[in-house]
Amino acid sequence: MSRTCKAATLPTIDTDRAPGELIRLEKVTCRYGHDPVLLNIDLTVGRGDFIGVVGPSGSGKSTLLKTIAGSVRPIAGSVVRDKSVTIGYVPQVETVNWYFPITVREAVLMARAQGRSMPWSSRAERREADEVLERLGLGGLGERHIRELSGGQQQRVFVARAMLRRPQLLLLDEPTSGVDVRTRHDVMHLIHDLHHDGLAIVLTTHDLNGIASHLPSLVCLNREVIAVGTPRQVIRPDVLERTYGAPLEVLTHGGMPVVVEQYPDLDEPGGDDVVPLREGHHEHPA
Amino acid sequence: MRTLLEPFAYGFFRHAIWVAVLTGALCGLIGTYVVLRAMSYIGHGLSHAVFGGAAIAFVLGVHPLLGAFVIGVVASGLISGISRRRTIGADAAIGVITSGLFAVGIAIIAVRDLGGFSDALLFGSVLGVTSKDVVLVALTASASAIVVFVRYRQLLFATFDPEVAEVSGVSTVWIDLLLALILASTITVTMNVVGVMLIAAMLVIPPVIGRLLTDSFHRMLWISVATGAVCGFGGVYLSYYLDWPSGATVVLTAAALFVVAYVVSSLRNRRPLPDAGFDVH
Repeated sequence: MSRTCKAATLPTIDTDRAPGELIRLEKVTCRYGHDPVLLNIDLTVGRGDFIGVVGPSGSGKSTLLKTIAGSVRPIAGSVVRDKSVTIGYVPQVETVNWYFPITVREAVLMARAQGRSMPWSSRAERREADEVLERLGLGGLGERHIRELSGGQQQRVFVARAMLRRPQLLLLDEPTSGVDVRTRHDVMHLIHDLHHDGLAIVLTTHDLNGIASHLPSLVCLNREVIAVGTPRQVIRPDVLERTYGAPLEVLTHGGMPVVVEQYPDLDEPGGDDVVPLREGHHEHPA
Repeated sequence: MRTLLEPFAYGFFRHAIWVAVLTGALCGLIGTYVVLRAMSYIGHGLSHAVFGGAAIAFVLGVHPLLGAFVIGVVASGLISGISRRRTIGADAAIGVITSGLFAVGIAIIAVRDLGGFSDALLFGSVLGVTSKDVVLVALTASASAIVVFVRYRQLLFATFDPEVAEVSGVSTVWIDLLLALILASTITVTMNVVGVMLIAAMLVIPPVIGRLLTDSFHRMLWISVATGAVCGFGGVYLSYYLDWPSGATVVLTAAALFVVAYVVSSLRNRRPLPDAGFDVH
């Protein structure tokens, strides 16, 4: 459902983009009802970019993805995007109706909803869908109901659907939420492989340590952009406090920032069974 | 054999069978989308709203079907508009609008004598259908089938995943409008057959039977259409011999098939899933 706000300035879609640029948001503001969700967002996504968007619940992460995808129109600012740029969108698996009667192949072939008008898919379409499924490790599962798959396989079905659109830009909304560590690794390896194949990727995540700190670049969002940079540049106590509104401690481990959540009221002092990070040292805000 | 074929010797029965089969198939077709969109309550509510529309049209001297259709479309639009504003939920919006329009119809029949017309609308009168009714239901069913055929992919995508469908270039607003028009048309032209009190059952039971028997969308659609047609045929046929109201017999036939499908589905689900070497989750 397109959630549109009455536009003070409609987004412009044109080709006035820098070389290598896929999409550019300029001073974008969105709101649902009276509540602003995004404020003055400036963001550029180029070919081969791999961007993670982090922020608390309600910070506008999903709205940002939908604005990039074009299903949410800003009330102010502009989205500059060439019509030839194809976008693949992978929703949060929590939003999927797992009891909908649909097989894996039927779900993937939805990507061809704008194709030919015949209800049944052509042999070429089925072959193409099976090739994508095979590539994503879902070969032979086309006739399965989507509920019969494991968590990682379910996530990959929707990546496959997005891939069948042959996108230049892949948007993933919380691709690892609600999955176990092993599945998270599988999904992240898959996304990294797709990035290495030349796909630009923007994903949202709540997982600062497991996902965000492993990405090339991050956007810290809390209705407005708080910081943009590499994980080492933005995963800092001052930035995180402004983003999440709560003090968070940051250590480094193996050269990577590690966010530590502390609950002074709950943590027992001197807990012996807590093993400190051996290489850890406190990262001081710049 | 002669006894079994006896009712077909009557013209009114042949009309009744045709219109019931077409009504069942049409309800099975559109009902699949209604059920999968969790709109069953809308089907129930709209059938009540169109009763109000038909009653208003009758009093104004306009063709009742036209009044029913217009009110059906207007009610769909109002429900959609109110629920999008998120001030109140869709279920509450349906309750307010459709119950209000139904109450208008009830008030009209309390002060104006509509003869047998109100009973026919409320409870259905399949044995009184004319060849014109058959043609009207056939045209509506054909038009709906063509729309579903041509827009099958977009309807499926917008039903399963409207957010991503929109991103992928499917206009979900148009698809929703299309569906509302088909639903209002379906309820309008079939209310003579099973009556507004029971039409929601025919929109819901055949698709639910389909859902119980398959995990594939296109198979569910076919099963739902076929089940609706079978219920229409079986219900009218049985009503002839049992001397029961045809609308109620059609719905009871559907309910009986639902019980059978439920038992079959339960027995089938007790079998373990084939080993696919999946991760445990």
